[in-house]
Amino acid sequence: MHKYANPTQFIRIANAVLPWSTAIAVAAFVIGLPLALVFSPPDYQQGETVRIMYVHVPAAWMSLMVYMVIAGSSAAFLIWRHTVAHLIARASAPLGAMFAAVCLISGMLWGQPMWGTFWVWDARLTSVLILFFIYIGYIALLDAFDDPERGDRAAAILALVGSVNVPIIHFSVEWWSTLHQGTIITMDGLTLSGDMARPLLIMVAGFTAFYVSVVIIRLRAELLAAKIRNARQSLAAAE
Amino acid sequence: MSVFAAIVRRDLKLAVRHAGDTAVVLAFFVIAAILFAFGVGPEAGVLARIAAGVVWTTALLSVLMSLDRLFAADFDDGSLEQLVISTDHLVLVVAKVVAHWLVTAVPLMVVAPVVALALQLPNTGLAPLMIGLGLGTPILSLLGAVGSALVLGARRGSVLVAVLLLPLYVPVLIFGAAAVEAAITGTGHVLPLQVLAGLLLVAASLCPWATVAALRSAVE
Repeated sequence: MHKYANPTQFIRIANAVLPWSTAIAVAAFVIGLPLALVFSPPDYQQGETVRIMYVHVPAAWMSLMVYMVIAGSSAAFLIWRHTVAHLIARASAPLGAMFAAVCLISGMLWGQPMWGTFWVWDARLTSVLILFFIYIGYIALLDAFDDPERGDRAAAILALVGSVNVPIIHFSVEWWSTLHQGTIITMDGLTLSGDMARPLLIMVAGFTAFYVSVVIIRLRAELLAAKIRNARQSLAAAE
Repeated sequence: MSVFAAIVRRDLKLAVRHAGDTAVVLAFFVIAAILFAFGVGPEAGVLARIAAGVVWTTALLSVLMSLDRLFAADFDDGSLEQLVISTDHLVLVVAKVVAHWLVTAVPLMVVAPVVALALQLPNTGLAPLMIGLGLGTPILSLLGAVGSALVLGARRGSVLVAVLLLPLYVPVLIFGAAAVEAAITGTGHVLPLQVLAGLLLVAASLCPWATVAALRSAVE
């Protein structure tokens, strides 16, 4: 594992992965989107509205998975001082926030026809909202210091604190929401037939591959930016 | 005198000398709570319904307002660096948290019943409110220590710490307010208080370590 801490080594692997992940993402969207939006059957209860699920559920899944990636690489950064690890976390954070935002917006669009209003304090939606704010705090902390290294360490510690807190927040919100309202129709209440599960799985694969590709591109940019910074510093030192 | 007692005494002495700081936080607590009455109207039924949530939310915000004296003041004048160099970090952090709780949360808990009664909170809700504050405010101080250590030296630190901490404060708010509401409606307020006690144990065992790590990277 320490082998991959070397940026050059890591970039070589990342460059090899990039065409594959991009191809998988494109293929999954080309096949998955028509399947999900046109050819899959409407739900007997939700009708055509159920198609929002094919974007909403992968986005929700990704918003959690990206947070786990950030927490994992933050731990690697704090324990072994892996230089690549915090770059992965830094590159992932805006993507995670974006996935959470997509999940929230699609959830609201789904809520309008289903609940008759854009926002119901549904447990899942509310936890994603809080997760979104945790992402915002994390990103803000990353860039709050003049010394970027200090921001990296502070944000890594915050990510680990958050990883303990996210499940606690999720269960608290779930408990809170069952306390205050009866059961409402939720997306996870529906049992998926094969015609619906297949496009959903394809979309999940597409979202994941998309994330991998974008993170690699962002990582390359981060490493190049670091190189430029170093070159400038040595140039300034030479003068 | 042990290091722990010395740090707590020092912070308490500082708080007594700057008694205005505590008074300002208390004033904020009362004014913020009163604003809700102006916002929703003086009708007793409506106020009673939201009293527990308002007291808890404003207590949360008041703790947030007081966080700058946990580490930031010592960081600015350099004494935090001296403390970090000269003492065991864990002892330092725990002493700082205990002192912060004594200086901030205890006065809040003295004023809280008055604010709650002004907001027409039914008498049955008063005991769980106070027990909940007793269990919940240490969590706020513990998490607050993590947050304020993380933002030391950051730009816009005081706003940033609010954005970092408020999402993490959500469980405390949920169970604290739920205990009061359960007591009023008679649906069993023991469970949420037990959960708060559990959260306190988790926070007490994990937060000091995170604070130590954050302090080290700030002072380094």
